[in-house]
Amino acid sequence: MTDAERLSRFMERIERGDKIEATDWMPDEYRVTLVRFMQMHALSEIMGALPEKDWVPKAPTLARKLSLMAKVQDEMGHGQLIMRIAEDLAAPLGKTREDLVTELFTGQAKFHNVFHMPAPTWADVGMIGWLVDGAAVVSQAALLDSSYGPYARVLQRVCAEEGFHIQHGESVCLALAEGMPEQRQMLQDGLNRWWESLLLFFGPAETTSASATVLMKYRFRTKTNEELRQKFFTKYVPRIWSLGLTLPDPDFRWNEEQQLWQYSQPDWSKLKAIVKNQGPLSQYRIGLRQTSYEQTQWVREALLSKPAAIA
Amino acid sequence: MADADVLVALLYQLADDELVIGHRDSEWLGLAPHIEEDIAFGSIAQDEVGHAIIFLRMLEELGEGNADDLAFLRPAADRRNAVLVERPNGAGTYLENPQFDWGYTIARRLVYDLFDGVRLEVLTRSSHQPLAQVAAKIRREERYHLLHHVTWFKRLAQGSDESRRRLEEGIAKVWTDVGGLFTLGAVATSPIFPATTQDLLDGWMGELKPIFAAEGIAWPSAPLMRPPLGLDGRRGQHTPELGALLEAMGEVCRAVPGASW
Repeated sequence: MTDAERLSRFMERIERGDKIEATDWMPDEYRVTLVRFMQMHALSEIMGALPEKDWVPKAPTLARKLSLMAKVQDEMGHGQLIMRIAEDLAAPLGKTREDLVTELFTGQAKFHNVFHMPAPTWADVGMIGWLVDGAAVVSQAALLDSSYGPYARVLQRVCAEEGFHIQHGESVCLALAEGMPEQRQMLQDGLNRWWESLLLFFGPAETTSASATVLMKYRFRTKTNEELRQKFFTKYVPRIWSLGLTLPDPDFRWNEEQQLWQYSQPDWSKLKAIVKNQGPLSQYRIGLRQTSYEQTQWVREALLSKPAAIA
Repeated sequence: MADADVLVALLYQLADDELVIGHRDSEWLGLAPHIEEDIAFGSIAQDEVGHAIIFLRMLEELGEGNADDLAFLRPAADRRNAVLVERPNGAGTYLENPQFDWGYTIARRLVYDLFDGVRLEVLTRSSHQPLAQVAAKIRREERYHLLHHVTWFKRLAQGSDESRRRLEEGIAKVWTDVGGLFTLGAVATSPIFPATTQDLLDGWMGELKPIFAAEGIAWPSAPLMRPPLGLDGRRGQHTPELGALLEAMGEVCRAVPGASW
């Protein structure tokens, strides 16, 4: 069979809604794009654990400490699951886990824009758990039908666990909303800080990037950025209002005519800076991860070496 | 000393050891040597804090005050953990330039887990039934911690020249504090705690010596309980690092006094 025939059969499977498995034939474009996508997802889970793990030692009650530790552990667990399937797909390209992990330090691999932002108060822990994870579930649930079988299956577990994270985050926010005036203010300040990031989260409405086009072509992704953002608004804005919080956008409203939420555009230049790892905490978080990775290089080497008695 | 006082003193030692080591473990979150270990170590940290909560709630029931307040607001001088568990994981902090030391971490975890196992066995024989029952339950979890850390200990001992060297350095560093685990402070040997310092030491050495021997690691010549012992955490003597740890732990809850979180 020629490559052209293989490709046409592959595309027929994609059109039929078949799931592609790790050992199936696939065009390089599919493999390379998917490895990139899953690598970024895995790194985002790992880097996304950092702003929250920073608050574990300061969590204000024993119950909050336990639930936050469990949440951070879940995020690392998602990173591990997704990294494993990315490794399988990357192996024929001659890439190992070490490559996939260390490309973060060289800037070849990215992590999600939302995790370049600071989390300076306890309210940010609530905001991340409730709204950032809420946004993540909206975008990940849209991938549950992904053409790549291993990823679609892992996402089922990821989304189920994220459901608990949202409850954890909402509970942190609820306690602040029902608390003392200082706590309410802390929560409102948190929302003011995160609102723009939550808009940037989904990316620009009109996206013409090459990888986005490829992901759509192979039915890895089926929804646009704007569709997902609107879905997020529909689900979370009424809840934000019900906590008595104010959105930091006076023009935000439901447009009955267009049947869409109308909102002020965020500063998209911030997204461009983040892509170059020039976001507010990009260098700090990459640095933290890199320092700890380099500090423990000797441990990984010891694990890979053969014991003297056996060698 | 009245039985009630022994029980309270004992519960503070148990709660504080577990809370502080759980805190140190949790500082490794996101920074562990590899992703799988991050997840495993995160579980262990959760277990330790979970055990601390059990002991703190027992103290609450005995009228010592709210468990959260006991955990977050008690000053260092009232803490009864051994100094070994409060030592930082290495240079730097979990927020800035974490030069954490996995060799020290594993050496500390192994000696602590074995000590904890010996102490829990004593507790299963306590005349205070609720404590005996809790100890039996915790022992089931601690088995897995020990298994995990023995595996690491062997791996580092056999892995590479560097890993063995770093493990041995970790052991030497642990040894300067290890005796502090066995002092009993205000806990008198009694039906509530039917063991002496020597019993604990003998039990611990009986388990640790064969592990060292199997890896050809020399048993350190430094005496374990040399007088003077140095800081005795069981009597409220601590390092400045515990003060820093407690400051971080209480930062949020102190920010708005009287608030619910």
